[in-house]
Amino acid sequence: MSVLAVEGLRAWYRTSALGVSRDVRAVDGISFTVEADEIYGLAGESSSGKTTLIKTIAAATQPPLEVVAGTITFTFPGGAIEMQRADRRTLASIRWRHLSYIMQGSMSVLNPVRRIRHAFVDFAFRHIGEPKPRFFETVRAHLARLRLEPDVLDAYPHQLSGGMRQRVTIALATVCRPEFIIADEPTTALDVVVQKDVLAMIREIQRELGSSILFVTHDMAVHANLADRLGIMYGGRLVEEGRTADLFRSPRHPYTAHLIASLPRVGDTTPKAGLSGAPPNLADPPAGCRFHPRCPRASDICRREVPPLEPLAPGHRVACFHPEPA
Amino acid sequence: MRSFLALLKSNRQFASGVVLLALVAGFACLSFFSPYPPNDSFVVPPDLPPSPEYWFGTTSRGQELFWLLTFAIRNTLVFGIVVAVLSRLLALLIGLVAGYAGGWVDRLLMSINDTFIVIPLFPILVLFYFVLKDHMSWGLLALMMAFLGWSYDARLIRSVALSLRHREFTETGIFSGMSTRQILVEEHLPYVLPIVFSTTMNNINWSIGLEVTLSVLGFTDINTPTIGVMIYWANQHTALVAGIWWWIFFPVLLVVMTFIGLFLLAVSMNEYIDPRSRLGRSER
Amino acid sequence: MSALLELDHVSRFYGGGLFAGRRVLAVNDVSLRLEAGRPEIFTVVGESGSGKTTLARMILNMVPASAGTIRFLGTDLATIHSGAARRAFMRKVQPIFQNPFEAFNPMKRVDRYLFATARRMADVATDVAVAEAADSALKSVGLSLAEVRGRFPHQLSGGQLQRVAIARALISKPALLVADEPVSMIDASLRASIVNLLRELRDRNGLTIIYITHDLATAYYVSDRIIVMRHGSVVESGNARTVLDNPKHPYSQLLKSSVLSPEVPTGVSHA
Repeated sequence: MSVLAVEGLRAWYRTSALGVSRDVRAVDGISFTVEADEIYGLAGESSSGKTTLIKTIAAATQPPLEVVAGTITFTFPGGAIEMQRADRRTLASIRWRHLSYIMQGSMSVLNPVRRIRHAFVDFAFRHIGEPKPRFFETVRAHLARLRLEPDVLDAYPHQLSGGMRQRVTIALATVCRPEFIIADEPTTALDVVVQKDVLAMIREIQRELGSSILFVTHDMAVHANLADRLGIMYGGRLVEEGRTADLFRSPRHPYTAHLIASLPRVGDTTPKAGLSGAPPNLADPPAGCRFHPRCPRASDICRREVPPLEPLAPGHRVACFHPEPA
Repeated sequence: MRSFLALLKSNRQFASGVVLLALVAGFACLSFFSPYPPNDSFVVPPDLPPSPEYWFGTTSRGQELFWLLTFAIRNTLVFGIVVAVLSRLLALLIGLVAGYAGGWVDRLLMSINDTFIVIPLFPILVLFYFVLKDHMSWGLLALMMAFLGWSYDARLIRSVALSLRHREFTETGIFSGMSTRQILVEEHLPYVLPIVFSTTMNNINWSIGLEVTLSVLGFTDINTPTIGVMIYWANQHTALVAGIWWWIFFPVLLVVMTFIGLFLLAVSMNEYIDPRSRLGRSER
Repeated sequence: MSALLELDHVSRFYGGGLFAGRRVLAVNDVSLRLEAGRPEIFTVVGESGSGKTTLARMILNMVPASAGTIRFLGTDLATIHSGAARRAFMRKVQPIFQNPFEAFNPMKRVDRYLFATARRMADVATDVAVAEAADSALKSVGLSLAEVRGRFPHQLSGGQLQRVAIARALISKPALLVADEPVSMIDASLRASIVNLLRELRDRNGLTIIYITHDLATAYYVSDRIIVMRHGSVVESGNARTVLDNPKHPYSQLLKSSVLSPEVPTGVSHA
């Protein structure tokens, strides 16, 4: 069963200054679902719209960002919630309890002048609904699960290393056992050695809780090691989606194929080609397929029409008129 | 220019500030059409209240208040602007150099700077008046106040310059062979100008206020008509006791309009070009 | 063979003065030697806090060494004081920074840096010659002046900006480029072409490049020689392929084992 269903979503930045209106179509017609108990990876580079997409999904849209069309529906045990229609109280009651976040900078969640324990009280206490002593027992048990000493509760954020802080934010995001977690580049700022640890931890806690994670990063190597399914975004649209193993073994969209082929590997010195051109300007995107100016396989139809995202194989959707052979 | 118009439309504070100052400035410009030179006295009958013939009335010294006031506000405004511009130049020079050079240059300049911050201004200016007496002129006072009024801004500018020094584009400038002057003026100045604009308004206010205070007490050159000097003469002729209220009322009204106008401008511009949001914007 | 760059027991520490408290060792006793006339990509790998950026800044003469000597073409960097001497040094050693959006003043057009470099570092006088120098440098990185002229940084992509930054560095015909994480902020689809460009500059222009990175995979792809740094010290050095294929020091082994392989683990599902 789908925990998250996104249907035909368009979210644009609409500004009008001095009579000139301007739309930046950061998310332009995206549909996908995230199932229970899976990690859905979302990949894309700058200006692919992935940050806008998760902002919209989290109902954290602020002008000039506007949802122009489409729906975002979460299905939690308490019932379905359509994020665009939900009022503030509903949103507040599901945040952290059913839907939580792990951000890139842990400092945006942790208050630098308060001890860690306050963060747990602020975010989780009212959702867990246990008296204080029992609540802290629960928190401590949860910290132990993430191999964190109970002492961290009495530390200030700056006293912890970057990796520890990120583990604390993971603990915060998971202590209420939410059904859905949005993770936005949670390991990008970490050193490689720590990154591997933190990723393993995310995987471990996800298996234990059976939550769904929407994991966003531009780093394909992270996706290869973590995601069950993977969606590739380009220019505000999903261009390919499938099981991670399938996507890496036989990418069908030329953009995905390039991304995977150009990944450097230790022990591999075969020449890697770069992709010519630059990512599209979303205020004035190219007509038709947004990848066509950089695509080696582009033809006339790609310049005129938008390729639909259609299944080429079971569970493998591609938006391309001339997909790579399987 | 377009953003100026947009600001005028969208920000009421900014619009009312502009209107107030335009009124005051327009009034000051009328001085060029005055039928009498500012220092002539007994050109009209003394002590007449405001009337269709003498709009703002006349003084006990036989001057027409309307025309006298145009000179006074002009001198006061020019005084404020001269002090602000001179002290801004000093603040920019010292702030940018201290922030960019760092090390002992920074420490030296900032210790001088902090000395100026804690110096009590008013007694010093009064002291200067007693030393100079008749040599005290309008220009000299402006110079002195400019020399005493740069320190707060220099500290502010220095802190921005310090952060700019460590931005990568400064290094790119150095490795492109740009001179220090070029880096300060062309690379860093655009970042501190917004701060300087908004503090200029406050500085004009500060210097006008101090000038009025000193003049009212008679610690300045009382032969150049300024708002303060007018109030000084009104007091000398015990205008309020004699019931010549217009001699005090109109100068005070004008200087209050100037204050409020400048204050509104400073506040609204501060919001519009907050240096943090400006720095933040370019971070993207 | 004469040395292009020679580091002789170089250290750098911060603090430790009368009032500055504990002394922090950023770079600890590093020695290395790059030969003149043998262009190579010399890679420094390490995590944050390993001292690799401090090392780069010392080589660029942006901070002085606290101990030891750095010699570039025989000149001790500590003896460079006058403006003329500094400029002569900067002609030969140029930097490339991590974040191309930060490397250019966001309020200024990017071409001004190219023109300034041509005028002041390459002794080009006339406007026409300056434009030509900028154009030929841009051509060597796959751009042209027509694409860049009059543009502000936000009007160009990260990849384009990094090319402009490299072009700017090339104008004064340097012998050594110091590139600190030049691709870590570049989009994946553009990264390969920047890395390839570094290789091309080595082979075509005969440049020696010091490549500072935390990314072992690109390091393996481009490097000739490599040093691995940890807490300011060099823990392992040698031929890049040899070191990375078969690291000897436990820390290098840990680093290598932490690199996420872009292969999906075999087995149909993760579950």
